[in-house]
Amino acid sequence: MWEGGGRGGVCVCVGSEVYTQCDHPWSLLKGEGAGGAGRQRPICSSHSLAAHSERSRDRHKSRSKDSRSEKSVTINTPPAEPLLGDSAVRGEQVQDDNWGETTTAVTGTSEHSLSQEDIVRITKDLEDSVGLDCRRYFTRTLAVILGLLVFLTPLAFLVLPHLLWPEKLQSCGTACEGLFISVAFKLLILLLAVWALFFRPARAGLPRVFVFRALLAVLVLLFVVSYWLFYGVRILDSQDENYQGIVQYAVSLVDALLFIHYLAIVLLELRQLQPCFSVCVTRSTDGETRHYNLGQLSIQRAALAIIEHYYCDFPVHNPALLSASKSRAAKHLAGLKVYNVDGLAHSQSRAMIAAAARRRDTSHNELYYEEAEHERRVRKRKARLVVAVEEAFTHIKRMQEEEQKKAPGDVMDPREAAQAIFPSMARALQKYLRTTKQQHCHSMESIQQHLAFCITNNMTPKAFLESYLTPGPTLQYSRDHWLARQWTLISEASVTSGLKDGSIFLLKCVDFSLVVTSKKIPYIQMSEEYIDPKSHKFVLRLQSETSV
Amino acid sequence: ETLVKLVSQQRIEIQKLRQGNNLILGFSIGGGIDQDPGQNPFSEDKTDKGIYVTRITPGGPADVAGLMMGDKIMQVNGWDMTMVTHDKARKRLTKKNEDVVRLLVTRKSLEEAVKQSMGGFPRP
Repeated sequence: MWEGGGRGGVCVCVGSEVYTQCDHPWSLLKGEGAGGAGRQRPICSSHSLAAHSERSRDRHKSRSKDSRSEKSVTINTPPAEPLLGDSAVRGEQVQDDNWGETTTAVTGTSEHSLSQEDIVRITKDLEDSVGLDCRRYFTRTLAVILGLLVFLTPLAFLVLPHLLWPEKLQSCGTACEGLFISVAFKLLILLLAVWALFFRPARAGLPRVFVFRALLAVLVLLFVVSYWLFYGVRILDSQDENYQGIVQYAVSLVDALLFIHYLAIVLLELRQLQPCFSVCVTRSTDGETRHYNLGQLSIQRAALAIIEHYYCDFPVHNPALLSASKSRAAKHLAGLKVYNVDGLAHSQSRAMIAAAARRRDTSHNELYYEEAEHERRVRKRKARLVVAVEEAFTHIKRMQEEEQKKAPGDVMDPREAAQAIFPSMARALQKYLRTTKQQHCHSMESIQQHLAFCITNNMTPKAFLESYLTPGPTLQYSRDHWLARQWTLISEASVTSGLKDGSIFLLKCVDFSLVVTSKKIPYIQMSEEYIDPKSHKFVLRLQSETSV
Repeated sequence: ETLVKLVSQQRIEIQKLRQGNNLILGFSIGGGIDQDPGQNPFSEDKTDKGIYVTRITPGGPADVAGLMMGDKIMQVNGWDMTMVTHDKARKRLTKKNEDVVRLLVTRKSLEEAVKQSMGGFPRP
């Protein structure tokens, strides 16, 4: 009943140079696996990818011009910038290199998928793409160095006088020793706070540097450097004996660092919490639209938030559902043949439009009846499926504790139970999925896994069927459906500039793109009206007529 | 242009007619301070809670005496009817020991009525 359409594939994860064998989803139908419904290419998760050199950018130009949509595209990022680089200048550079487009196309991704045919091309790029990991490690090492500098500075301030001029130093009194405790605890709090705010797993690799974080790093560096300068000149050079003053100086440094951390929380976390913009996200292929409220974010951060929402909210992209409209469009185009007799370009289009308007088109009729028939068919299959599943679920029963001890018999674990009842519902399920064109989303293995899961958790047949009756969000499906995504952010404004009212940008994926428009949430003027609870009084409305 | 409301006051005397055990006057009243004045079709001022004549039995005592539909009853036998409840008005009109009721009514003048029915001002 089930056809195996799997192909062994070799994937390359660029950047880590690991060769792995990937599994394929089983197609439910014979002949569907050969490139009909889904693109079934070997997929594995890998590291984010970027190239720094001019050479790879040129190659990106030529490849994406003639590559089809299912081919992978090398990502280009601007040349490696230092942590404190100037993003405005970089923006100019990237725009100059784009060929005919006036938009700035930059890519951001953290996972990358390749197909088997690209391996040869990719191996050529391997030496170019090694640079991307350098960028991430570079950022990390800089952050670690800065952190170490920040934490060791107060300790150095306290320890150096003891090392360099111990005889001259005044002894530390009670107040001074109290300050030691204060420094210790403040440093501990700062350590925990920095760990909480900054040491989180990275969600994504964004194309441009995170401006606020860079600014904060610069601020901290300047701050610490200025403190060191002051310390070096006024304390080390003059060999100050007032140790309490030195300790107070160190305490003031730690206090100021805590305040900078507070500034970091406000800039990085709090500022974007208050909703400021309402963004409308539309998928270009089927028009699925959602609205989200975002705070004041830069375009790249807003794009990241939107992609994360996309995976949770949007129903999975099903290219098989678009085939009907494509065939209709093809029929429209194929209807008329116009020959250019006079050699004038514009007259041809006008003639075509006029002829198309005059032709009596009955395609709307066909569409109506086709849709009604399809609806009926789906409902019929669904009814059969529901009955089959309900019947299948009655075949197994959960064994109670006492029964387990008494009679072993034919005892199965959830996976075996699922495999036992699966054949009775498999045919109905297969037919239903085929009718709703979802067969490439669910493999036999995944269905059995889901069935075992439902049996284990005492779910009803209706709960089991829910994931097949309606297309769920992309997260629900197996990883090869959504991990294999490479997102390109296309925006006319610089991606580190903030969201504005009316800003539009695109998030392009291999199969579709998300069009995002933003509108500012208007200022709301609210006034109050007080109603006394005693003021709610009622009278009967009568109108009698009496004859006398 | 100013619209002049012309009202006239009429004194109407109605002889009650005996019908079986009842003395009837032959008209119906509506209104009262406990009623909804907004639903009165005859009043100019929709907050007027006075007693209005809503129907006249043709050929009855009221019709014979000259009472007309839409008249506002101001007094009945000297009793004021402008600030009474509907039931009180009914009781004042249907006292069993009275054979005659003398009403003071307010009526929009004939000219005003003609103007309204013609739907405009007759130009001189």
